[in-house]
Amino acid sequence: MKRLFSFSFLVFSCLAGAALTQDGPLKIEITDGVIEPLSFAVPVFEAENPAAREIAAEISSIVVADLTSSGLFREIPKNRFIAQRKTFEEPVRFPDWRAVNAQALVTAAVKTSGSGQLTVKFRIFDIFSGVQLGKGTQLSGSTGAARRMAHQVADQVYKRITGEGAYFDSRIVFVSESGPKDKRLKRLAIMDSDGEKMKFLTGNDNIVLAPRISSDGKKVLYTSWETGFPQIYLLDVETGRRKRVNTPGNDVAFSPRFSPNNKRIVFSYERRGNIDIYLMELSSLRSARLTSSPFIDTAPSFSPDGRKIVFESDRSGTQQLYTLPVSGGTPKRISFGNGRYGTPVWSPRGDLIAFTKQSNGRFGIGVMRIDGTEERLLSASFLDEGPTWSPNGRVIMFSRQTRGPSGAPSIYSVDITGRNLRPLNLRAPASDPSWGPVLP
Amino acid sequence: MRSIYLNVAILFMLVACSDSEGGFGNGSLGADGSQGSGFGQDDVTSSTFFKESIGDHVLFKVDEYTLNEAAKTALNVQANWLIDNPGFVIIIEGHADERGTREYNLALGFRRAQSVQEYLVARGVSGLRLKTRSYGKERPVEICSVERCYGKNRRAVTILASGSS
Repeated sequence: MKRLFSFSFLVFSCLAGAALTQDGPLKIEITDGVIEPLSFAVPVFEAENPAAREIAAEISSIVVADLTSSGLFREIPKNRFIAQRKTFEEPVRFPDWRAVNAQALVTAAVKTSGSGQLTVKFRIFDIFSGVQLGKGTQLSGSTGAARRMAHQVADQVYKRITGEGAYFDSRIVFVSESGPKDKRLKRLAIMDSDGEKMKFLTGNDNIVLAPRISSDGKKVLYTSWETGFPQIYLLDVETGRRKRVNTPGNDVAFSPRFSPNNKRIVFSYERRGNIDIYLMELSSLRSARLTSSPFIDTAPSFSPDGRKIVFESDRSGTQQLYTLPVSGGTPKRISFGNGRYGTPVWSPRGDLIAFTKQSNGRFGIGVMRIDGTEERLLSASFLDEGPTWSPNGRVIMFSRQTRGPSGAPSIYSVDITGRNLRPLNLRAPASDPSWGPVLP
Repeated sequence: MRSIYLNVAILFMLVACSDSEGGFGNGSLGADGSQGSGFGQDDVTSSTFFKESIGDHVLFKVDEYTLNEAAKTALNVQANWLIDNPGFVIIIEGHADERGTREYNLALGFRRAQSVQEYLVARGVSGLRLKTRSYGKERPVEICSVERCYGKNRRAVTILASGSS
C-alpha cells in the first residue's frame, strides 16, 4: 500500500483570540466516571471553496460521531444554535453559545484544491470561560484522507479537554465471521476505530483466531489451522504477506502476543496435552520456556515495560490470573474473586489489567489493578470475552456473542469506569478485536 | 499445507464413492443415524465403518478431560479396531462447548485429545500412528446454547487418514 497522504501539523496564529490562548478550566476527569457528558457545539465546518462543501460536512459529522461515541461529550443540536457563523475568522460570540448551554465549541474550515489536496483548520473554545483552548491547528493531506483528518480533529478536541491521549485515529484488527455456527468461516480484517473502512487481510479457507496487532500497527500475530493444526502466523498489514512463525519443534502453538518493542513474542506451546508459555526472539527464533506446570498456562500478555507477563492458569483448580517476570521466577496469583478469570491484557498505561470473568453462568469484562486489587466488572452477558485496550488505556473493546443456534458475535466498547457500553456499527459478525496504536 | 485435513475429507469421499459403486447402495444410514439394512455388508476395514459402526468419538463433562467409564468402553472398541487395521494414521481431535474463553477451550481440547491418545496407546495402539489437535470451541457439532448441545460438543473425535506410520 503506497502512502496516500502526508500530514503536516501547522500551528497558525489566531487572529481573533491571539491574546486569549491560555487554558481554561474546561476539563473532564475520565477516572471519575463521567455522569453528565460535556456539551459541545460543532457548527458545520465552513467550506472555503464550493467544491469543499460535501467533504466539510462529512468531516464535521465524523468529528461529532467520534466525540459522542466516547460517552464524554454530548452534541448541542444545530437547530438550537443562536449564533449563525459566516466565516471561520469571525469572532466567537460567547453569550450566544452560553445561552444554548454549550460548554465547548469547535469551529473549523475546510479547503480543497484541484490537485486533490485537503486542508482542515480548527479551533476549540471554552465557552463559559470565554477563551480559546490552545492555538488553532491546521491539518493537510489528500482528499482520500478526509476520514483520518476528521479522527485527528476529534483526537485533538478529546486530548485538549480530557488531558488524556488520543485514540480515534487508530485501527482495529479483528476476525470477520460468516456462515452457520457449526461451519463458521473466519477471516482477518482491519478497520478504523469507528468500524469504517473495513478491509480483509486473509481469505476464509482456514480458521483464524485471536489476531494481535503490533505496537507500531504494522504486523499481526494470529493462530491459523492452515497446516491442519493450530500454529502461529505473522502477517504484514501493508503487503498482506504472511509467514508461519517457527515455534520450537515446529509444533502446535497458539495465543501469541508481541512484546512492547515487537522484537519478542509470548505464546502457548502444546506438548503431550500440556500447555506452557514460551518467549521467543523473532529475529533469532531463540526461545525460552517461561512456565513449566502440568496445567493449562495460556493467554500471556506483556506489561508495557516488557519486563513482566500476565497470563491465565488452572494450576489452582480453576482459571486464575498470574503475573511473572520475563526473566523467570515463580508466578504470582493476582485474581481471588468468585469465578474464573481468563484472557488478561495489560493496559498500555501499565496501571490496570483487563480480563474475562466467568461467574454464575455469565461472562463479563473486568479490570483490576496489577496486584489484583480494586477489581470491577464493566460488562456482563451470555458471552463477553477477549478485551483489548484503546491506545490511551481508557476504553476497552471486546467480543459479545449472543445465545442460541443463530448466535453470533459482535464487537462492543466500554470505558474503564463501566460507562458508555455500546456496540460498534458493523455489517457482519465480528470477534476478537485487537486495537492498534494511534496512527503516525 | 492443509494436506492432512484435506486428505481426510478426500478419503471419506472416496470411501463413499466406492461404497455406492460396489453395489452397497442400500447401506445408507437411516434418518436417525442407525444402520440401514445393507450396511452389514460394508467393508469392515473402512474408515466409514469405523465412524458409523465402531464409533469415532467420546464425550466429556463440563471443563473435564478425564475419561469416564462409557468413554473407556468406547475406546476399548476403537483400540481393537485400530490395532486390526494398521493402515490408518490417526488424528485425535479435541473440542469444547462454547461456555469458555477461546484460548482456554483450545487448551482444553488438547487435553481431551491427549487423554484419548494416552488411553489408546495404553490399549496397544502404536503412538507413532497418533497425533492430536484441538479446535477448542470453533467447530461445534450442535449449535443450540443448552446442555443438550453442549454435552455433544465436549468431545474427542478419532479421525482416520490413509497412510502408514
